[in-house]
Amino acid sequence: MMGQRLVSSLLSRCLYASHRILNPLTRQERKLGLARRISQRFSTLTAIEDPVTPPVEVKYTKLLINGQFVDAASGKTFPTLDPRTGEVIAHVAEGDSVDIDCAVKVARKAFDEGPWPKMTAYERSRILFKFADLIDEHNDELAALESWDNGKPFEQSAKEEVPLLSRTIRYYAGWADKIHGLIVPGDGAHHVQVLREPIGVAGQIIPWNFPLVMFAWKVGPALACGNTVVLKPAEQTPLTALYAAALLHEAGLPDGVLNVVSGFGPTAGSALAGHMEVDKIAFTGSTGAGKIIQELAAKSNLKSVTLELGGKSPFIVMDDANVDQAVELAHSALFHNQGQCCCAGSRTFVHERVYDEFVEKAKARALKRVVGDPFKQGVEQGPQIDEEQFSKILEYITSGIDSGATLVAGGGRAGNKGFYIQPTVFSDVKDEMTIAQEEIFGPVQTILKFKNLNEVIQRANASPYGLAAGVFTNNLNNANTLMRALRVGTVWINCYNLLDAAIPFGGYKMSGIGREKGMDSLNSYLQVKAVITPLENHAWL
Amino acid sequence: MAENGNGSVKEGFEMPEIKYTKLFINGEFVDAASGKEFETRDPRTGDVIANIAEADKVDVDLAVKAAREAFDHGPWPRMSGYERGRILHKYADLIEQHIEELAALDGIDAGKLFAFGKAVDIPGAIRMLRYYASAADKIHGETLKLNGAYQGYTLKEPIGVVGVIIPWNFPSMMFFLKVSPALAAGCTVVVKPAEQTPLSALFYAKLAKEAGIPDGALNVVNGFGPTAGAALTSHMDVDNISFTGSPEIGSVIMQSAATSNLKTVSLELGGKSPMIIFDDANLDMAVGLASAAVFFNKGEICVAGSRVYVQEGIYDEFVKKVIEVAKGWVVGDPFDPKVNMGPQVDKVQYERVLKYIEYGKRDGATLLTGGKPCGEKGYYIEPTIFADVKEDMKIAQDEIFGPVMSLIKFKTIEEAIERANCTKYGLAAGILTNDINIANRVSRSVRAGTVWINCYFVFDADAPFGGFKMSGFGRDQGMNAIEKYLQVKSVITPIYNSPWL
Repeated sequence: MMGQRLVSSLLSRCLYASHRILNPLTRQERKLGLARRISQRFSTLTAIEDPVTPPVEVKYTKLLINGQFVDAASGKTFPTLDPRTGEVIAHVAEGDSVDIDCAVKVARKAFDEGPWPKMTAYERSRILFKFADLIDEHNDELAALESWDNGKPFEQSAKEEVPLLSRTIRYYAGWADKIHGLIVPGDGAHHVQVLREPIGVAGQIIPWNFPLVMFAWKVGPALACGNTVVLKPAEQTPLTALYAAALLHEAGLPDGVLNVVSGFGPTAGSALAGHMEVDKIAFTGSTGAGKIIQELAAKSNLKSVTLELGGKSPFIVMDDANVDQAVELAHSALFHNQGQCCCAGSRTFVHERVYDEFVEKAKARALKRVVGDPFKQGVEQGPQIDEEQFSKILEYITSGIDSGATLVAGGGRAGNKGFYIQPTVFSDVKDEMTIAQEEIFGPVQTILKFKNLNEVIQRANASPYGLAAGVFTNNLNNANTLMRALRVGTVWINCYNLLDAAIPFGGYKMSGIGREKGMDSLNSYLQVKAVITPLENHAWL
Repeated sequence: MAENGNGSVKEGFEMPEIKYTKLFINGEFVDAASGKEFETRDPRTGDVIANIAEADKVDVDLAVKAAREAFDHGPWPRMSGYERGRILHKYADLIEQHIEELAALDGIDAGKLFAFGKAVDIPGAIRMLRYYASAADKIHGETLKLNGAYQGYTLKEPIGVVGVIIPWNFPSMMFFLKVSPALAAGCTVVVKPAEQTPLSALFYAKLAKEAGIPDGALNVVNGFGPTAGAALTSHMDVDNISFTGSPEIGSVIMQSAATSNLKTVSLELGGKSPMIIFDDANLDMAVGLASAAVFFNKGEICVAGSRVYVQEGIYDEFVKKVIEVAKGWVVGDPFDPKVNMGPQVDKVQYERVLKYIEYGKRDGATLLTGGKPCGEKGYYIEPTIFADVKEDMKIAQDEIFGPVMSLIKFKTIEEAIERANCTKYGLAAGILTNDINIANRVSRSVRAGTVWINCYFVFDADAPFGGFKMSGFGRDQGMNAIEKYLQVKSVITPIYNSPWL
């Protein structure tokens, strides 16, 4: 029973890596009290006004199975909420294991009988390219829906994320007809071919922080390789995946190739991860939930698993850095998307020689950050995704204060409704503090001081995570040393959050298994088959 | 033979208007500096279609200068691969909107089947362009494993200005076979189309501009080999030359590269490709493939399966059937959808093919069918089959580039391999057998750049294509083709305190 509750708690929270189980009521009370206390110390940046009406209507709320929008077998629905207000946007069909079974069955049929994997790769690519064009045509609708459901600034959705969706789809569309196996030399007179075949039915579980971008990272390579998919979006953000999937069908995707089952982790998610007919499961979310997914795969059919999990990524500012630029980059590395990024630069290590100046400027920058309705122009930061995350972040802020870190900016709720949090900065943070160890997933920057290169390498690596790192220096040798020494999947040198379609992304250590994007992601969706046959009277070997 | 008048223009078909006849340099259509023009003719009638601006060295210099400027200072190589790819996809979309017009241009200019152009040639060119459009963001250098504390990696850089010289047999496909990977790599290009078929290339130049390819990145200079072609291949500011055509000209081009700036060269030249049919092959399939392999496109194709080796067990039966098939091939106006084979491209080729037919008779080969011109005007020739051909006969050694099949009987696998390789060429080969061991053995034994087993002419954007021996070197198509247009730069720097090497 305890195990089951843990499964439930972790899966339902997706990206949230909680190590504590708290009484929600108590937490709520504590949070509100704390918020009031802190708000008095640091003024709110922008008044949170009446919410702007999003310029989009919700068209799709059902499950998408076999090319049809259908109700859940149980008839159940769940509300998806507007993070600006906590009010209901729409009631969405809630898939559970029955619906997952149904979706897997049609995906299986679509894979085993075709036409999708039996088409030429060029034909598949043409459909995916058409999909990308449709995404561009519906850019603003998708962006509005994304921001409404998620709370992220509309401009960010419209100018960065939806274009990144179509860009990533085009990238993989282009790979479809370039998937090559090797002809390898045998030791004797044998002809050896290596076929790279689609793996089959892929189960994909995506988080709420970048719903459309995550859709692209998962669905793009899976479909380009000729697989069929059952996708479970996060229950916090089910809307855009349904919309995008509808466009994909409009582009000519055959029925059953992509099925979207909204629902919760413990029911729909675990049914998918534990399904005997699913050949591959790809998950992005919390480390805790990732462990459960891998366990479910192990206990069922040993399906292959890709996990892209949490992080506590260091952002290292060396003493030769231009402090103004470093502050700006470190600021966006952490605060982008309300701090809700798995690769957020959440440990800002600053060399002691520039530390004081850095802290002052980081504080000034945080105080300038424009928080408000994501549909208002110029807003940099919207609300956190939901009340649970909101409360958890405020908990962490309290923990920071209690453990002796210096609160230099923010520290509380912004406004008095919805889930807005002030951009918060802590200085004098020590490695052993909870805020320096755990993934906060919110707008809380923690600044740590270091003396030399070896020290910062050791401290940066002293984390169970290994997703990404930022390095800020113009010294070539330091950059090269750090690049190799950091045990992380991505190192950004004098930049951050560059997530091009062609760049592989994923984690060392407990940040996950496998890579997404780039060529590497194709490997996750392909089986490798070696074919060997003897050669008679060969002309050469 | 087509009953409905060889060479007659089909009623109801609207001939395309000839819109572009000038040189395309730095994004503009311009006259030749000399003001000279040459005629391009309709091979169905020999009539003049249009007068085309004739480039010589002065114009090539201008085009190279524009391409150089576009490469050295222009946006094209400085864009991301994705941006280049988006423009090339747009380019493909625009071509798609003009398929019929382009197929018609190649039809009147090269005598190619209109229906085939619409269904295969132009879509194939589009497919080629799309393939490389989406390869533009998939050009990868590598990080290296050096023997010491060094960080090393390779950069794949665009090579610079590429000179392209293409033949008249597949004007559209050849254009994109070379231009697409060069542009995708970030190079700028000067194209000299064949003087027989200048029309579609100019249309493509216009569409390139419309798609957003920057001025100077793609230039088209029509003209003749000894003037325009030679100026391009010997130019000191051209970094690479990519040529498809005859081995004789290939040799001239290579020398010209050697005596100028040692530009890199790739050559896709002639062939005398064997089609080897074993006793166990499906006979009907074999007859169909063998006749298509040599009669398709009037035999004007470098990979024509022009030497057909048939194992003795099925030889007689094969001969009977292949004669029937050849007689059934309809020769006539390429705009007639019932027609299988149009006219040879021009008078020179027409006369050359007839001369080879005479060589065949003179050297003692047995003429089984065809062997004569047909129609009252234009350059039509009957599908022709010779039997009892020996490897030392001229028709078995030289590339005829016409609808002439040489049939040869063989006994054993060893013999087939040896005789198939008894040629200076090595472009392609066909193998017809259901025996896996024969298929594997012959595939490795035949010295040719492409082997088709139980199929023929399966070209694909993803399948590298090029020759062994005097069929040339370098590969078109596939990711291999992009490599021709890239320089490899190794970058090495010391690394300190690395936790791993």
